[in-house]
Amino acid sequence: MTTAIVVQDLTKKFNELVAVNHISFEIQQGEIFGFLGPNGAGKTTTLSMLATMQQPTSGFATVQGKDIEKDQDGVRKAIGIVFQDQSLDEELTAAENMDFHGRLYRIPPEIRKQRIDELLRLVELHERKNDIVKTFSGGMRRRLEIARGLLHHPSVLFLDEPTLGLDPQTRNHLWQYIATLSKEKNISIILTTHYMEEADRLCDRIAIIDHGTIIALDTPDNLKNGIGGDIITITTPEFEKASKILTEPWINRLEIYNDEVRISLQNAEQHISEIITILNKHQITITSVSIHKPTLEDVFLSYTGKKIREEESDKKEMMRRHLRMRRH
Amino acid sequence: MDIIYTIWLRNMIRYMRSKSRIIGSISMPLFFLLFLGFGLNSVVNIPRLGENYIQFLIPGMVAMSVLFTSVFSGIQIIWDKQFGFLKETLVAPVTRLEIMLGQTFGGATTAVIQGIMIMVISLFVGLKVQSVLGFLIALGFMVLIGISFTAFGIAIASRMEDMTGFQLIMNFVIFPIFGLSGALFPISSLPSWLSPVTMFDPLTYGVEGIRYGLTGTSQISPIMSLLVIGGFACAMTVIGTFLFRKISI
Repeated sequence: MTTAIVVQDLTKKFNELVAVNHISFEIQQGEIFGFLGPNGAGKTTTLSMLATMQQPTSGFATVQGKDIEKDQDGVRKAIGIVFQDQSLDEELTAAENMDFHGRLYRIPPEIRKQRIDELLRLVELHERKNDIVKTFSGGMRRRLEIARGLLHHPSVLFLDEPTLGLDPQTRNHLWQYIATLSKEKNISIILTTHYMEEADRLCDRIAIIDHGTIIALDTPDNLKNGIGGDIITITTPEFEKASKILTEPWINRLEIYNDEVRISLQNAEQHISEIITILNKHQITITSVSIHKPTLEDVFLSYTGKKIREEESDKKEMMRRHLRMRRH
Repeated sequence: MDIIYTIWLRNMIRYMRSKSRIIGSISMPLFFLLFLGFGLNSVVNIPRLGENYIQFLIPGMVAMSVLFTSVFSGIQIIWDKQFGFLKETLVAPVTRLEIMLGQTFGGATTAVIQGIMIMVISLFVGLKVQSVLGFLIALGFMVLIGISFTAFGIAIASRMEDMTGFQLIMNFVIFPIFGLSGALFPISSLPSWLSPVTMFDPLTYGVEGIRYGLTGTSQISPIMSLLVIGGFACAMTVIGTFLFRKISI
């Protein structure tokens, strides 16, 4: 495997705000690599820097061996990008949008025509190729943008929130499509998302990013296993008392989140009755109990002490009382 | 070259599809021509400059059409910025100079087409083209006005965030440029304190150049007109390119 992207100590400041804070990582050729984090975590800024749209404040990065600051043209030829916001010309037809792109990347007319047909078929827009983009739905536009991003055969494809605002069916469809793409064409795909499911299903490796820093980077399975097994969530008014008496050795970790006690442990099914017995013995009222396999949401929660969606509204976060305890 | 052509081509396709824009931007100079022309034809007598006012007004209206269309074409970059399309061009392996020039020529071409439409309509209200050479001279000046003011529009658009400032620019920059240019009246008829101002208006030289081409008479020598508006076109292109380079999205 060759390395597609190398990033060292990359930093971006906007005046006083540090959007990306000394991040370092490497991405292999053919890998699907995800940036998972709340809005404003620095995902798009990182992507923009790698795509030469913004200059880093400090640090160093290469894409296909080309320096993102010194060889912008080299980087631009190697990458395709689908922006978070739409970037199609709505007054042009699907085919014209593709053609414009092909000309900008100086693809010879013959090859251009052939690839446009091929890609429009691939994203199932061939029948609509002569329709004006204005008449397209959100999902169709997204697919067209992906097709356009592939027209010049990039070896690295950036997808910024590729399924934002799409309905579940279209989203599923796009996921399958992205997965096939990376496998068949050996393209490195770097995507940003704040959808847990998307990151989990698609990515070979995930970097969890919050406040401009990578707080964890691994495969989805390793990330989930790393937080200590299954999770038992107990809702109780006496959560503080409950957290103090649960000290069994098989408990890997215990956290309080709102009025929930979240316990990480292996083989939750075997220990659940034991936990309930202990709580009953101390006369602690249990409102509800649930067991689930760890998700990336749990991973995010365990690293940052908050859920991804909460991050999106700071006020709520400030009002919310949340205690955190760790036992290991 | 191929990139400049590509961007030009996109402008052309969009222009051809926007019927309402074509009609819209032709209507203003056309109404000016009809109302002012017919209304004032019998009361206005301009010494030494042809026998009637319509003849005098036609070159001015052609210039007006080119001016307004080109500024508008340039400023349209803001929409590309807002609708995201500009990103697609900026992230491609092309230089900003190529994008800027493609946009400028695209805007200038649409502006000149609009000007020619006014010219054609003018044939029915009294325009008599003196010679093929005269027509070509007029066309040349229209191209220079088109390039100047598309580049001007791009320069403005590069510094603007959205279209809210557009009306301000139109009312306080473009309309005075038009009003002081001698498109509506001979520059010599202004009071002595105001007439020097018209000499600082680049459009004056454009209008005079077109007038020379279409009617054979002008108050400023065509060579002088060519030098000034030509120089202005170059200067605006350089400034426009400089500001467009710094555009960030």
